[in-house]
Amino acid sequence: MPKVNVKLKVNGDPYEVAVNPSGTLVEVLREDLHLTGTKIGCQTGDCGACTVLVNGKSVCSCLTLAVEAQEKEIITIEGVGLSYDKLHPIQEAFINEGAIQCGYCTPGMVLSAKHLLDKNPNPSELQIRQALSGNLCRCTGYARIVKAIEVAGEKMKNPVKEK
Amino acid sequence: MSIPKFTYLAPKTLKEALIMRASHGSKSSIMAGGTDLLIKMGLRTLQPEFVIGLNSVPEIDYITLRPGGELAIGPMAKLSAVVEDAEVEKNFPALSEAASVTATVQIRNMGTLIGNICNASPSADNATPLMIYDTKVVIIRSDGERVVPIEEFFKGPGKSVLETGELVKEFLIPIPEKSTGSNYQKVSTRSKVDIAGICVSALLTLNNDGTVSKARIALGAVAPKPIRVVKAEKILTGKTPTKELFNDAAKIAREEASPISDMRASAEYRKAMVEVLTRRALDASLAAATKKKN
Ligand SMILES: Cc1cc2nc3c(=O)[nH]c(=O)nc-3n(C[C@H](O)[C@H](O)[C@H](O)COP(=O)(O)OP(=O)(O)OC[C@H]3O[C@@H](n4cnc5c(N)ncnc54)[C@H](O)[C@@H]3O)c2cc1C
Ligand code: FES
Ligand code: FES
Repeated sequence: MPKVNVKLKVNGDPYEVAVNPSGTLVEVLREDLHLTGTKIGCQTGDCGACTVLVNGKSVCSCLTLAVEAQEKEIITIEGVGLSYDKLHPIQEAFINEGAIQCGYCTPGMVLSAKHLLDKNPNPSELQIRQALSGNLCRCTGYARIVKAIEVAGEKMKNPVKEK
Repeated sequence: MSIPKFTYLAPKTLKEALIMRASHGSKSSIMAGGTDLLIKMGLRTLQPEFVIGLNSVPEIDYITLRPGGELAIGPMAKLSAVVEDAEVEKNFPALSEAASVTATVQIRNMGTLIGNICNASPSADNATPLMIYDTKVVIIRSDGERVVPIEEFFKGPGKSVLETGELVKEFLIPIPEKSTGSNYQKVSTRSKVDIAGICVSALLTLNNDGTVSKARIALGAVAPKPIRVVKAEKILTGKTPTKELFNDAAKIAREEASPISDMRASAEYRKAMVEVLTRRALDASLAAATKKKN
């Protein structure tokens, strides 16, 4: 099976990788690009640990063939922060609200939260819970994660100027 | 779960996809979103040597109103696009609801409506809504085209009328008459995002005098394939809706269901719930149809 050359943009940076047709996007992100923030859990689309944004839409990178990411714009957890040393309000809220324990689900949770808040900056608690239907957390429990997303939504609407 | 090796083919048109399919036959698989196909490949229940990716075909990701009053849905239209489409919400609320409770946000962003049907799972969330709206499945092969009513599309678990050299070009769904109400009901273990344990869709169109001019009831996950309950539709047609009439129709639906017991639910529970959900779907359809009529 010949490898296929795939051009993709990850977190704004252009890459060209030779991939196996059966290789998934999460494998390419982790093994070829060494972006190991994206996690692998179930590999069956259930847990959401592998969630990334492809052209602005959240997808499971474990069920996305790398060849089908050709010419697409991908955002992983490494590209969510506002700059190299400035976290995104969602990331800050996850820390401040104690929405992280082992952290394995966190990258996926943050990307799902971003997918929601980019479209709907004012979600209800139910909408937040529905937006997380594809993300499982085994330790924190969902209450603090939901709270963090509420707090982040508020902050994204009213950004406070730093002194 | 690693995916076994295969050669990826990227057709530029549906015609080209058909030619690839014709030359590789059962050694190939068509892939839309891949959310069913890649899982089967990971589990080794399917090991195609060639995967024909529809992702590379331009202009087949559409949901559009055709002159003549039909909604056309293309092979790469994602479930999330169905949920967000204003025409679907207005004219086909049962489909809008079913698509919104299919799987998770991520899977809806990846998976297509047509893939959900071609997979031919008896519990596919979107099968029963498409059945009550009299959806036509447009099937193409290299030397022609045929149109199959969706209730004739399913043959059994994982089996449809699609032959190896064929693929689904689009769904055509006629816009219902004005005084029509429809509804989708689902029961599953993990709230709504899970595979349906039981699902029921209903549709009622009312005459000016309030009698039923058209009725549709379809059941999912309670037989080897999604089914219409024509016997119950017949007893509703021409009658003035009453509680008793709906009870009778719901009892017939229960009798027509032939569910199995599995980890999701027992057969007895499924039969009992078919009756309850059919009644609820009819009540909601009547309320919506009455509101539109007045
Ligand atoms: C975590 C998870 C949860 C899920 N939950 C649900 C749920 O709650 N309810 C539910 O109904 N489903 C559920 N599914 C199943 C699945 O996501 C849907 O069936 C989805 O709509 C399939 O679309 P796809 O585009 O990904 O199909 P694919 O995987 O690309 O294709 C499915 C099948 O259809 C064939 N096919 C696709 N397009 C065509 C075409 N145009 N012509 C001919 N054949 C074609 C393929 O060859 C394949 O056999 C779930 C899946 C996952 C992974
Ligand atoms: S690893 Fe992709 S959904 Fe679990
Ligand atoms: S913090 Fe451990 S899985 Fe969520």
